[in-house]
Amino acid sequence: MTFLNFFISGISLGSIYAIIALGYTMVYGIAKMLNFAHGDVIMVGAYVCFYAVSRYNLNPFLGVIIAMFLCTVLGILVERFAYKPLRQAPSLAVLITAIGMSYFLQNTALLLWSSNPKVFPSIIGRGSFKLFDGNLSVSHITVLTISVCIVIMIVLSLFIGKTKLGKAMRACSEDKGAAQLMGINVNATISMTFAIGSGLAAIAGALLCSAYPTLMPTTGALPGIKAFTAAVFGGIGSIPGAFLGGLMLGVIEIFAKAYISSQLSDAVVFAVLIIVLLVKPAGLLGKSIQEKV
Amino acid sequence: MRTKTKYIPVPSNAILPERDAAREPVLECVNLGIMLGGIKAVDNFNLTVGRTEIVGLIGPNGAGKTTVFNLLTKVYHPTTGTILLNGKDTHGMTTVQVNRAGIARTFQNIRLFKNLSVADNVKAAMNNDMRYNMLSAILRLPGYRREEIAAHRRALKLLSIFDMQNMADVPAGSLPYGAQRRLEIVRALATNPCLLLLDEPAAGMNPSETAELLDSIRKVHEMFQIAIILIEHDMSLVMNICDGICVLNFGQVIAKGTPDEIQSNPAVIEAYLGRRKE
Repeated sequence: MTFLNFFISGISLGSIYAIIALGYTMVYGIAKMLNFAHGDVIMVGAYVCFYAVSRYNLNPFLGVIIAMFLCTVLGILVERFAYKPLRQAPSLAVLITAIGMSYFLQNTALLLWSSNPKVFPSIIGRGSFKLFDGNLSVSHITVLTISVCIVIMIVLSLFIGKTKLGKAMRACSEDKGAAQLMGINVNATISMTFAIGSGLAAIAGALLCSAYPTLMPTTGALPGIKAFTAAVFGGIGSIPGAFLGGLMLGVIEIFAKAYISSQLSDAVVFAVLIIVLLVKPAGLLGKSIQEKV
Repeated sequence: MRTKTKYIPVPSNAILPERDAAREPVLECVNLGIMLGGIKAVDNFNLTVGRTEIVGLIGPNGAGKTTVFNLLTKVYHPTTGTILLNGKDTHGMTTVQVNRAGIARTFQNIRLFKNLSVADNVKAAMNNDMRYNMLSAILRLPGYRREEIAAHRRALKLLSIFDMQNMADVPAGSLPYGAQRRLEIVRALATNPCLLLLDEPAAGMNPSETAELLDSIRKVHEMFQIAIILIEHDMSLVMNICDGICVLNFGQVIAKGTPDEIQSNPAVIEAYLGRRKE
């Protein structure tokens, strides 16, 4: 029963990683860049939600919606002012800019909200479901996290597969030049990708801080890196890959904490990543590019 | 064989097929030029294309033919000269804007969206026609459904020109070479062009495929009544299908005229074969 308990909390943590990993993987798929500031958008989302709920006493769900809106705007602004001017620049320059943007967001948060940890109020309280005569307890937030993740995956897959914007996004990810010549507005499409990724980051922030209630300006950094790892693990650029990679990473992390050592859990996670990449360099669901010679 | 086109002069010192003479030309290039890396890749390029004219753009490798296409589609911006599309100056327009204004193209090296299905390739090019917004897409409102169904129907109809409607769900990258070339033409047509630019459509095709392509281009031309500019090295295709031919060498137009005139033009023969030693 404890095994099942660990497994469920692994899936729950993995769901959060998966939602964050989506932002990395979508942006990488379309703009071919690693947006390392993505983790900090989560933190901003969590802070917005925190203030909406504890300072202005708004309904937590309204708080999440406000956070989503503000993060969407933030994502668009970051793309517009930090990354768009570098569209033609070498990818290394964009990467460094992304790291800089990450520190910029962290330090702005430090100025605005100070370094004192805030205790995040759970968005649906701290109750739990008792199953099997109380042997298995699953908290409400765990159930909510997993269901939100599944809903997001389904809606996003339909969105990418069946709508004009989804088709434009897939076209841009394959060949921006050709897409432009077919009348697809590449800049607007990239902007929209950042908007969607950042909106999802806000949801992830609220869920993450409901499960792990300490909120600091650096809260987003480690989950951001882990989610990036999850995206690479599943095959960066692939949306089902982000889902699978996120879930697996969460489960491995919790099991490593439970059965190996809580200090070594991150080491185990990254060791698994290295092994997977040695066997499958493109990640679990990534497509390996074959160069014709 | 094609019936020979009668050419007549128009006021701007260009010549147009007789059938298009009464209407405004779809494209006018005046003194077009661009410097690329210190070389005049295209210089003093003048071309007028009638509403339903098929123009062949030929010349040796490196003559600047694809550069002309890149100028027309605003991949490059000209350093000198103007491009008038339907009488409107395209100066300052972006690639997307000229596409919306009616120029569509195919590529020398096929640039399909390889992982998208055949139908999605065509529908991706219809982005401009679809009006529904993101909210109705997420909530799957009737507006979204109606437009997506209409787009799918139109995509299948366009694909049926080339008998490709039963391949709609196949990934574009897995099509045979000739079919990929045809799909590129369908995708370009999906943007509703008035001027279609075909960059070496017969490259890498065997004679029977080329013959099929010739029929397809004629069919497209008849169905849509659009102007076509064609870059091609296959002279039988060019001579068979084009109303007029423009020959480029070292970025400059060295001859313009009907296929018969070009075939006997000494400057063209020299550009292709070199000068005879006296």
